Amino acid sequence: MEEILQYLFSGLTSGAIYALIALGFTIIYNATEVINFAQGEFVMLGAMLTATFCGLNLPLPLAFALAILITALAGILIERLAIYPARKASPITLIIITIGLSILIKGLAMFIWGKDPLPVPAFVGERPISVLGATIVPQSILVLATALIAVLTLEAFFKKTLTGKAMRACAANRLAARLLGIKVEPLVLLAFALSAAISALAGVIISPITFATYDMGTMLGLKGFSAAVLGGLTSSTGAVLGGFILGILEALAAGFLSSAYKDAAAFIILILMLFVKPEGLFGTKEAKKL
Amino acid sequence: MKKQYLALIILGGFLLATGFINRNDYYFNVLNILILNGLVVIGLSLLMGYAGQVSLGHAAFYGLGAYTSGILTAKYGLSPLAALLAAQGVTLIAALLIGIPALRLKGHYLAMATLGFGIIVYVVFKELISLTGGPSGLVGIPPLQVAGFTFLESKQYYFLFVGVLLVSLLLALHLAHSPFGRALLALHDSEAATMALGYDTGRLKLIVFLLSAALAGLAGSLYAHFAMFISPMSFTFIHSVKFVTMVVVGGVASLWGALLGAVVLSLLPEVLTVFEDYDVLIFGTILVVIMIFLPEGLFKGLGNLFLKHKKT
Repeated sequence: MEEILQYLFSGLTSGAIYALIALGFTIIYNATEVINFAQGEFVMLGAMLTATFCGLNLPLPLAFALAILITALAGILIERLAIYPARKASPITLIIITIGLSILIKGLAMFIWGKDPLPVPAFVGERPISVLGATIVPQSILVLATALIAVLTLEAFFKKTLTGKAMRACAANRLAARLLGIKVEPLVLLAFALSAAISALAGVIISPITFATYDMGTMLGLKGFSAAVLGGLTSSTGAVLGGFILGILEALAAGFLSSAYKDAAAFIILILMLFVKPEGLFGTKEAKKL
Repeated sequence: MKKQYLALIILGGFLLATGFINRNDYYFNVLNILILNGLVVIGLSLLMGYAGQVSLGHAAFYGLGAYTSGILTAKYGLSPLAALLAAQGVTLIAALLIGIPALRLKGHYLAMATLGFGIIVYVVFKELISLTGGPSGLVGIPPLQVAGFTFLESKQYYFLFVGVLLVSLLLALHLAHSPFGRALLALHDSEAATMALGYDTGRLKLIVFLLSAALAGLAGSLYAHFAMFISPMSFTFIHSVKFVTMVVVGGVASLWGALLGAVVLSLLPEVLTVFEDYDVLIFGTILVVIMIFLPEGLFKGLGNLFLKHKKT
């Protein structure tokens, strides 16, 4: 029982991270139908910048804010320089562009920060708390709380504000949104900024646990993508649940079966799910277009 | 088709001439890897360019070919040719297992399923240490032996690989210009319309998927004997992405374009090594720039530029 609880805690922590990254995927996908394979690099940038600013002894809140802001700017820059000029290209060409961007950003990061992991001090106390026999580090609780707050804030933004509603309208039908007088281009920019920011947030809060390395984004990005697909790719609720389901199942598989195959477990889950329910847990079955 | 034969003969002549002129072993090694990439890309081009199905897991088939050949010859003393056939069997079975359910999926979901498959296979290579040697790799793979002849030098492998490439390309070109190839192109444009014409689209997709997996597996088997050492690091997600990138950068719509992509992206890193630490940066930038300005790939893009130039 304690064992299960322990695995659950670690699953929830990584699940929260996957959920944030998956949300980033769905935001860009809804705005542009681009699968952004550079999403993981936003996470890496968030973590790296946090490490740098913490190293400069900036106060923590300022370090976080700067890390997220700079990554959001990177997101905007990417949209302007690489996605917008190619917006009429085929989906596979756009995917290759984002893969190229990912290689580019990773190369830049290696160049700026080097290959060694950068340490990040824990934001809150380091003493583990024991809950019903299992232990949990305070940082994990912070990860969960931050993720929940971020998800709820984002949900409120999409449901309650005019801009958020306009973004949802664009996702549903871009042409119809235009007809209603919604300017699509700034919204796409906003989507990239938001998506980069939320992924950077994932990088910020995970950095004290995993430390920051230039190549940490690849696997995190792929897992986040899996979570987004699990949730149906367009649904933000789906993305969040997909992230937690993936994190928890992965932790259970690693704990009870074999930790060596932990990275495989996430993808086995994904493939099985795709075979049983191809449109994702929360995706709607699309009518076939002829 | 006549034009294609001519192009094939020119390519063959060029490759053979290169083989006779070149005396540098390092160049042969680079060319050998290039040709093996070319083999994978031929299959992938049929799958992506003709049938319109994206696979982000082809490094797994490449790896399955390499590891089956490697393990059977190094650990069980099987002859390389027998191992190569067994490797084809293993690759095809794996392709069937993943292909049958995955090919029902569309677009991004198919890409995701093959991506997941690729990572699972990579993790198995890395963790099944008793068989694969784990992260430190599999050593002691004997050189290729066919009918008493042992391939020892890079140059000998080069001529063998050129032969395999030309034969595969010839077969692929024939296939692409056959009714089967036209059915694939139709499938690319509209699955429903192809079905309405009486084609079993599921079977079409599966056949071309198996074919591309078999070619990747063959390239892997050859690679294992040529390199005599394999490690999981040669069969990662990044390698799957590299194969897809070659096809797209070259031009997804034609076999020649895909081959051009294999040439450019195999040689580019070698050329860029002069920039040392900057090489990845430049590689990424070139990739993005090509795709923005020539979204249909180098082959068609450069062709169009050339035509425009001629007109003005």
